[in-house]
Amino acid sequence: MIQLTVNGEVRQFDESINITQFIELNNLTGKRIAIERNGEIVPRSQYADHYLAEGDCLEVVVAVGGG
Amino acid sequence: MDNFVIAGKTYSSRLLVGTGKYKDFDETRTAIEASGAEIVTVAIRRTNIGQNADEPNLLDSIPPSKYTLLPNTAGCYTVDDAVRTLRLARELLDGHKLVKLEVLGDPRTLFPNMVETLKAAEILVKEGFDVMVYTSDDPIAAKQLEEIGCVAVMPLASLIGSGMGILNPWNLQIIIDNAKVPVLVDAGVGTASDATIALELGCDGVLMNTAIAAAKNPVLMASAMRKAVEAGREAYLAGRMAKKIYTASPSSPVDGVIASTQKP
Repeated sequence: MIQLTVNGEVRQFDESINITQFIELNNLTGKRIAIERNGEIVPRSQYADHYLAEGDCLEVVVAVGGG
Repeated sequence: MDNFVIAGKTYSSRLLVGTGKYKDFDETRTAIEASGAEIVTVAIRRTNIGQNADEPNLLDSIPPSKYTLLPNTAGCYTVDDAVRTLRLARELLDGHKLVKLEVLGDPRTLFPNMVETLKAAEILVKEGFDVMVYTSDDPIAAKQLEEIGCVAVMPLASLIGSGMGILNPWNLQIIIDNAKVPVLVDAGVGTASDATIALELGCDGVLMNTAIAAAKNPVLMASAMRKAVEAGREAYLAGRMAKKIYTASPSSPVDGVIASTQKP
């Protein structure tokens, strides 16, 4: 079991997963999102290479209406 | 041809619009179409995780293939938050470089924190972003932002979302006269005449959101704003007549007026 902070909320996963799996598990497949891990951008092309670790802090964002 | 160039790209509309505060994405899309805007701002926010799988996405209504999207840093109060937000935006929009920087200093007035804005602008320009920057109407700050390499400076006309119009045309005029990059009024426009005045002063464009979205009929106001910006620009290019203070000048001939029928 690992514990992460995702968009400010603590979440647990059974084991270390990569970001592609994280996206699938959270119904985000095919959505236009961007991900930051511990303050660094994770390029879309590298999702499969990034395995999440205990204590990681993720920000997952979308474009919304704004001025 | 009266072109409007931002970061090397030519636009025909000088009206830039936001996508916030609309009733739904359909109204957003219709209003933006009526405005004729080509550059459209979006905000970057955390997504819902693991819920609302079918939630509609703004970018389906405002496709990046049709509009130049301008991701903003609205809501950011620090250099770090603003820079990280725009790095996320660049990733989200496939390497898109044109961004709107705003670093706020106070939640009540949403006035920009110029010290933090200048620092963030410097970092973003170094990282290759084309930065359009929200600024106070301080001519010195505007000049400093230009010197850092911002592609446009965007002074407030009055507080964000206030609709109070152009409170200090004199400062705007100084900023316009000093600037070698486009100057856009960003924030404070309330109705069509405000936009016209901004363009008549010599602003290169206007960015607005609430003036359209919070109108009783946003689509009609979007159309009004399109015309207002065009009218203001044409009046600026035409060159207004000189003001003659307290001196009337008749438009019709002075001679040949028919005589009075009353006998003297």
